[in-house]
This record gives sequence, structure tokens and C-alpha cells, in this order.
Amino acid sequence: MFTSTIVLSLLGVGLGGLLGLAAKVFSVGEENPLVEDIEGMLPGSNCGQCGFPGCKPAAEAIVDGSADLTCCPPGGKALVSSLAEHLGMDPSTIGEPAAPSLAYIKESLCTGCTRCFKVCPTDAIVGANKQIHSVIGSACTGCGKCKDACPEDCISLEPETVDLDSWHWPKPQWA
Amino acid sequence: MFRFSPIKGGIHPDSHKDHTANRDILTSMPIPERLYLPLFQQAGASALPVVGIGDPVLKGQQIAVTGGGLSAHIHAPTSGKLIAIEDIVAPHPSGLPAPAMVLESDGDDLPLEQPSICNPFTRDPEELATEVEQAGIVGLGGAIFPSAVKLRQGRRFEIKTLIINGGECEPYLTTDDRLMQERAEQIVEGARLIQHIIEAYAVIIAVEDNKPNAIAALKKAAAPHGKLRVAVVPSMYPMGSAKQLIQAVTGEEVPAGMRSNDVGILVHNVATAYAIQQALCFKRPLTSRVVTVGGSCIASPHNVEALFGTPISHLIEYCGGLKREPARLIMGGPMMGQTLPSINTPVMKGTSAILALSPEEVNEKSPDPCIRCSRCVSACPMGLVPLEMAKHVKADSFDGAQTYGLRDCILCGSCSYVCPSHIPLVNYFEYAKGELKNQRTAAQKLAYTQQLTKAREERIEKEAAAKKAAKSKKRRSRDRSASKSTPSSTPSETSSSEPTAENDS
Repeated sequence: MFTSTIVLSLLGVGLGGLLGLAAKVFSVGEENPLVEDIEGMLPGSNCGQCGFPGCKPAAEAIVDGSADLTCCPPGGKALVSSLAEHLGMDPSTIGEPAAPSLAYIKESLCTGCTRCFKVCPTDAIVGANKQIHSVIGSACTGCGKCKDACPEDCISLEPETVDLDSWHWPKPQWA
Repeated sequence: MFRFSPIKGGIHPDSHKDHTANRDILTSMPIPERLYLPLFQQAGASALPVVGIGDPVLKGQQIAVTGGGLSAHIHAPTSGKLIAIEDIVAPHPSGLPAPAMVLESDGDDLPLEQPSICNPFTRDPEELATEVEQAGIVGLGGAIFPSAVKLRQGRRFEIKTLIINGGECEPYLTTDDRLMQERAEQIVEGARLIQHIIEAYAVIIAVEDNKPNAIAALKKAAAPHGKLRVAVVPSMYPMGSAKQLIQAVTGEEVPAGMRSNDVGILVHNVATAYAIQQALCFKRPLTSRVVTVGGSCIASPHNVEALFGTPISHLIEYCGGLKREPARLIMGGPMMGQTLPSINTPVMKGTSAILALSPEEVNEKSPDPCIRCSRCVSACPMGLVPLEMAKHVKADSFDGAQTYGLRDCILCGSCSYVCPSHIPLVNYFEYAKGELKNQRTAAQKLAYTQQLTKAREERIEKEAAAKKAAKSKKRRSRDRSASKSTPSSTPSETSSSEPTAENDS
């Protein structure tokens, strides 16, 4: 009886320790590591154009399948294809993201209140108190936060226009 | 083993060169009333104007500077006044508007006073390269790559052979041919100047064998110079492409993804050599070029020395106008040139030709399915498999196309030319290359956005920390002043500092 008690308690302590060790070594953490990867690929500006409060919730939604890979307009096609590659999906079966748009300030209405550039997640608006503000196109992601912040309603979002640099021949139409 | 052709693939299209090859370059075209100088460049960032609207300018005066990267300065082609900077139809197949400087000619053609210059061969090569940059010279063969950048690259590498490219292989084009016939001495001097700058061991002027007069003229001009040799290469398309010419002349193949520098060879076009000679010996910046005005719709096809900014309608008018309505208007050669949206666009640095082609010359046919005959494979001068590449592009699988070497495609159009099913193969590759370029731009923007967001977060954190530090400093100084004075004398101060302390804790 004595021997069996010792053997069983040793077995219990040993196996318990082993379980504890395994839980540490093979821990998956609190979060799906895929979410972290996806979040790193997203722009990180938390602009909300995807319909989620920020890039992290969007990454979670993409991973659990409730959001499309095309939900991020600032990321564009490049992001779609890298996401598809990371998630092992065929990029040709996925549609195209919405065309990115840019913010424009109607200068005749701008009062220089500085509210728009305070909310801009990429610091894409330049200006100072009581000076006309202007958008730097190359930094704008078209999130529209400035539009919501503007008390004069002088900011509009326009689709990005094709210029000589971005124009290219269309795909040949051929049956 | 005996090789029939010095290069892989290639095609032999009808040359159509005889209309203009034996006619002198017309150099006295009247200066148009207005010249339109687009700020966009065929390569690199747009130029930035340095003269204001209403300012008088002299011929050869710098009016716009390079916008950075691979673009070049722009000089006034004649004297007059800058009257506007406005949108014009760009000489570009898209037909999109692009800003251009509008120069009103005063008819006097007054040149800018230039200091007298000494023999360029005694001067420092670096200085000469800078002068070439100042003269706004770009590769006139078609690539529009700034020549100074190429010269500086040439100085960094050890260049064994400098090849001057006289392999004008595009049908219809005879600008280089005429230039070699009429200005052989200047081209030879230009070639020697480039050699002086890049310190090349040998110079070879390579000319296709369908230009016997040009070969004779160059040989005569090159005779007194030992290091300079005129090489005759077989005429075929695309012999004028740098990689193909290098292979034909030296037998060396430039490996995929590498430049000619890496094999110790530098290629410059004959027209560029001429422009460099003019800039270094006479201080003449690049303000004009020889343009072939051809195609069967032109009444009197000629080579014309045209000022940059000359409207194409003016140029066609000077060559007798149009005999009939052209089916297609092309800037450059028929193989690699671009269609023009309008006759009212100006001549630019890269305009080697204006072709007004009749419907018979265009010969547009609707494509049939691919029969996998592999003629495009035999024709491809880069040794690629166009039919497989096109198949991938058709399915928008750009990665697949890249594994078949889309990156190495030079868009010469040989595959489309030989295709018995009239499949527009090269159009697929142009589309794919454009799409890939836009994807690269988008990826860059994404990285830039991530960088900006991070920078903003850091800035906000820093600002918050600075605010906190300032606040605690203020509080400390207040505490000190409060403890020095009697507590009863400053009731307002102590009461105001209390909420701050609460907030901070």
C-alpha cells in the first residue's frame, strides 16, 4: 500500500510537471499569431475605411473570414495579393479593392481651423492656424477623417485620377 | 560552329527607308510662332520651371530644371517670351493633359551669350560630364535616359569598349542614317569625347550594313583616329537595341537583370554623340533634333531638324502636308513607337520620327487563337517564350509571366510581328509591365503610410511626454516658491496647483 501511494504520487507529480512544461513550451499565446502577421501587413493608420474600428480588428476579421481581403482601399492590389499569398488563397479568385480616393480641400472655404490635420492618421495635411491647409497627395490614404472633422464642410474625397505616370496600356481585348 | 546570325531571334521587316535615306536633312524650317515644351519627361520626374510667365528668354537659356531622378533640364529652343504654363494634349498614347511651357517666338532667334571655351579634350572628365548634364542631353535613340548619368556610371565601372549605336533598325527611320552621312566628323569627335570622359579602351561605331553611305562617311572621318573603329553589323530588327548590338559587335551577352556596364561596355546613340559634341565644343544645349517625317500619307517625306516644342502639325505642313487621312499617327518607329492622340502635340526629346501611316501600312487584323507554332519563340531576341508569357498575362497571373522572363522583355514587338494568328503579344506585355509598375507604386505607398503612422505615433508620444515634463517642472517650481513664502500669503497659488497634482497622479 505504501509503495503504491509513493508510485502514484510520484507519477502524479511527474506527469503534472510535464503537462505544465508542455503548456509553457507549446503555448500559442492569447492571440492567433496569424492576426499579428496580418496586422503588420495592413497600413496601421486605423483609418476605418474597412468598416472596422482599426487595423487590429480588421486583421482579426480577415483571419476569422468575416471580412474580405479587399476591404482595405489604402492597401490596394498589392496588399490583396500579399494577403492572399500569406493566407494561401488564389489571388485570381479575389476581386479588386475599391479604388483609393484622395482628400481635396476647397481653399476658398478653408478658415484655417487646424482641426483636419489634427485627426489625419498619416500627417498628410499641412497648414497652420488661420492659414489655408493643403493635402499632400502622396501621403493621403483617403480615410475621410478630415472630412468628418471639418466644420466648414470644405473637404471632399475624389477618386485618384490617372496621370501620365500611372497610365498604361489596357489589357488587349481578345476572345 | 558557324553562326548565321550574330544575335538570337530577330526579324527582317520591310525597311521603307528609301523615301528619306537619300534626301538631305532640312535644317531651315521656319520657327513656329509658339513652341510647347511639356514639363513631363518621357523618363523620370517632371521638370520644374525656373522662369516666370512674361519673362523674356534667349535661345539656349535654361528654362526648367530637372525634377530629380532620371529627368533632364529644358532649354529655350529660340528667343522670345514665356507666355503661359498650361495643360496641352501630351505627346503620349493616353492623350491625357499635361502641363507645358508655352514660348512665343520673337522671330529673332537671339542666342544666349556663352563664354568662349577651350579644347574639351584637355579638360577634366567629371567637369565635362557635369556640362553634359547642364546641356540637358538625354539618350536620343529612344530610351531618353540622361546621358550624364550614363557617363558617370561609365566612370565608376571599368569600360573596355564604348559602342556608338548606328544600328537604326526601326523601319522608316533614317534620322541616324542621315546624321551619320552628313555629320560624320562631329559624331566621331563626340565619340572621342565620350571615350575621354569614361576612359574607355576602345571605341566601336556599329552601323547596319543597309547604310553603305553612312559607313563610308564614318570610315573616312574615323581614319585619323587609331582607337576608333567602324564595325558593320547585319541589318535586322532589333539590332539597335543595346543588348543585341553588344552581342553582335563583341559576342558578349549581357546577363539577365544586369546592365551593359557589368560586362564593361557602354552604348551611346550616334545622335547623342553628336549632341554631346555640340554641347562640349560649342556650348550648345540640346534644343533640337532630327526627326523623320514619313509614312505613305506624307506628301514629301524628309528628315527635318526640328526645335523641341514644334507642333507636329507644323512639321507635317512643312513636309507638304498630308496626302490622305492617316489611319494611324505614330511617334517613333512603327515597331516600338507610340500612337499619337492628336496632331497638335509637340516634338519632344524622344521624338525620333512622326509617321502618318495609311490603312494598308497599319494592316490591322483581328486575332485568332494561338496555334502554338512557336514562331514568337524563334523571333524573340531575348530568348523568351512569348506565347507562355501572354497566356499568363491573359489570366492576370503576373508572377507566372515573370517566371517566364517578363522582366527581360524589351517590348520590341518581334513576337507580334511574326505571329500568324495576329495576336497582339507585345500589348499583353506592355499591359503587364504597366500593371506591375502600378503595383510597385502601391506597395511603396503602403510602406510609406506605415512609416508615417509610426512617425505620428512617436511624435504624439513625445509631445505628451514633453507636456508632462513641462507640467511637473512647473509644479516643482511652484512648490518651491510656495515653501519659501509664507503659506498664508499665496492661497490662490496653492489652490491652483492642487488640481494639477491630482491630474498627474
